[in-house]
Amino acid sequence: MSEGELKAVDGLSYNVKKGESVAIVGESACGKSVSALSIMRLIPYPPGIIVGGEIIFKGQDLLKVSETEMRHIRGNRIGMIFQEPMTSLNPVLTIELQLSETLQLHRGLDKNAAGEEASKLIKLVGIPDAAKRAKNYPHQFSGGMQQRIMIAMGLSCNPELLICDEPTTSVDVTVQAQLLEIIDNLRTQFGTAVILITHNLGIVARYVDRVNVMYAGKMMESAPTDVIYSEPRHPYTAGLLASVPRLDLPRKRKLQVIPGLPPNLARLVPGCPFFPRCKLAIEKCRQEMPQLEEIGPEHRVACYRSADVKELVRVD
Amino acid sequence: MAEDNVLVDVQGLTMYFPVTAGVFRRKVAEVRAVDDVSFQIKKGETFGLVGESGCGKTTTGRAILQLYRPTAGKVFFEKNDLCKIGGEELRRSRRNMQLIFQDPYASLDPRMTAGNIIGEPLRVHGLVKGSEFQEQVAELFKLVELEPRMADRFPHEFSGGQRQRIGIARALALRPKLIVCDEPVSALDVSIQAQIIMLLERLREELGLTYIFIAHDLSVVRYISDRVAVMYLGKIVEITGSDELYDNPMHPYTQGLLSAVPIPNPRVDRQRKRILLTGDVPSPVNPPPGCHFNPRCFAVKAGCKEAEPELKEVTKGHWVACHRA
Ligand SMILES: Nc1ncnc2c1ncn2[C@@H]1O[C@H](COP(=O)(O)OP(=O)(O)OP(=O)(O)O)[C@@H](O)[C@H]1O
Ligand SMILES: Nc1ncnc2c1ncn2[C@@H]1O[C@H](COP(=O)(O)OP(=O)(O)OP(=O)(O)O)[C@@H](O)[C@H]1O
Ligand SMILES: [Mg+2]
Ligand SMILES: [Mg+2]
Repeated sequence: MSEGELKAVDGLSYNVKKGESVAIVGESACGKSVSALSIMRLIPYPPGIIVGGEIIFKGQDLLKVSETEMRHIRGNRIGMIFQEPMTSLNPVLTIELQLSETLQLHRGLDKNAAGEEASKLIKLVGIPDAAKRAKNYPHQFSGGMQQRIMIAMGLSCNPELLICDEPTTSVDVTVQAQLLEIIDNLRTQFGTAVILITHNLGIVARYVDRVNVMYAGKMMESAPTDVIYSEPRHPYTAGLLASVPRLDLPRKRKLQVIPGLPPNLARLVPGCPFFPRCKLAIEKCRQEMPQLEEIGPEHRVACYRSADVKELVRVD
Repeated sequence: MAEDNVLVDVQGLTMYFPVTAGVFRRKVAEVRAVDDVSFQIKKGETFGLVGESGCGKTTTGRAILQLYRPTAGKVFFEKNDLCKIGGEELRRSRRNMQLIFQDPYASLDPRMTAGNIIGEPLRVHGLVKGSEFQEQVAELFKLVELEPRMADRFPHEFSGGQRQRIGIARALALRPKLIVCDEPVSALDVSIQAQIIMLLERLREELGLTYIFIAHDLSVVRYISDRVAVMYLGKIVEITGSDELYDNPMHPYTQGLLSAVPIPNPRVDRQRKRILLTGDVPSPVNPPPGCHFNPRCFAVKAGCKEAEPELKEVTKGHWVACHRA
């Protein structure tokens, strides 16, 4: 790597089946958004570049298709809900017009049909008084409502895959629950596959089938949801679980703190990036990044000490 | 009611903001940000305030500190009604009360060194002579687990968690009795949140502090607080001990709020009763008549649309404002 470059995402692999939801969990700047944008080939170049890898969508490598084809896939088969709703909504169009434009463009509906479909979508995402509110502009909605409109946009193409980048970070818990419920219903009703990006391990527990934990651009652990919570085998996953307050546990349980800070990606050293904060670190961890290894059914971990994680923390 | 160990006694605290229009900024309506709120905080206690965005948590905290002068009500701090005093007298009282902000990026002056930020309150109040300054600042750095040699650095050279430590050290400089922590961990990464929560806990024990802890994350508020008040549209709807809050929430809003928080353990989470609150919080300019929560309430009955329920002590120490309680 030349000077001034950073590996935002490094050697990440995972897969999503039809009708399945998987989570990408990790702290800020660990590469969650970059990995999602890569799937859509939306990494701004320069400065960003996908150096290697494959993104197989229904048997086709998205990194090899033409830009025209990719545009078609983006609009019609993969939907994305972005972190910041206002940056991706057009401020000068009413939400009905934005939706029906998209519908005309991507689904080839005529004006009337598109208008009807738009109202359906607006209702579907739970905007009360839908017929009237459809004539409003984005800024006339609360943050939670804007997120709902984003979801409606993401769904307008009937996607086979929906990528949600922290769809609920800026909204209240009650609204968050409503939004995630909507996304979950779509998955069960239409078999939409969902990639949910979040830093909140709690959300994940309720809404996804599989969890991928990232740290400093790398995949640390990947497992079915129940397994990741009951038997985390990476010290980082276990540490995260033990460091969050939990409603259901006795209040005076001491939180276990992960010491130190996440690394600066521009100054990564060889070895495991979690090594400086890890209680189980050994000399080898400093020298070489461990490979992701299968340690159980669909359970992969990148850690030399994964067998000893159980002793490190007890997660109830 | 006035017990000896009460540090803050809030009675009927009300804060309306004017909504103005036109060139003459004529008042056309009022935002009822905080509306007739009462509670007491004991010395050494952590009192939590939770509720959805815009329910009045920050305004309550600021009105207690007199950063906003309340529209009505009383705020007794060690038997002094802060709403009645001003000028020098208020300034002296304020030394005992400090604020920690949510955003460790916006709340620190980017042109000042960390040392000067932390030590500024000492200078402003004329509490130190030249040579003592460095020493006291170094003490404060150590108190929040920062290296005193970092005193010459500027805010942008620190991480989010470290900046929050700087904000905490600054708040501690005047040895206050009460600290209002307004969403002190919301902007931080998960692994850093635990660090700051444990730091605040340690400081409370060591320095005998009293906290008002504001956050929208119920798990965090319940963890750090001894008692929790749940706010909705400018009103307190329930006050109770933190364990009781999860074991026996009585207000339908509290029940909905708790249910919306997923528990990071799928096996436990699947077994919980699910209540999905619908709709959004209405505007505090025109709150719904009767119980403000009635349009979203799943247990609404006839009287709820007419009379506003009062906050009543239903069982010892457990206060609820609901016609069904
Ligand atoms: N356009 C860009 N130019 C340079 N660096 C970038 C760019 N976009 C992202 N990065 C860097 O790549 C890394 C990963 O960023 P990314 O946005 O994927 O993080 P994230 O996990 O989504 O974080 P968050 O939780 O804060 O959204 C970060 O170090 C970031 O600074
Ligand atoms: N200075 C002000 N002028 C006018 N209205 C205000 C002012 N400060 C707050 N408000 C309004 O008062 C209400 C309560 O706001 P407040 O900031 O106290 O809520 P909060 O519970 O702290 O919300 P959040 O969780 O978003 O921080 C809101 O409707 C807000 O828009
Ligand atoms: Mg991101
Ligand atoms: Mg606030």
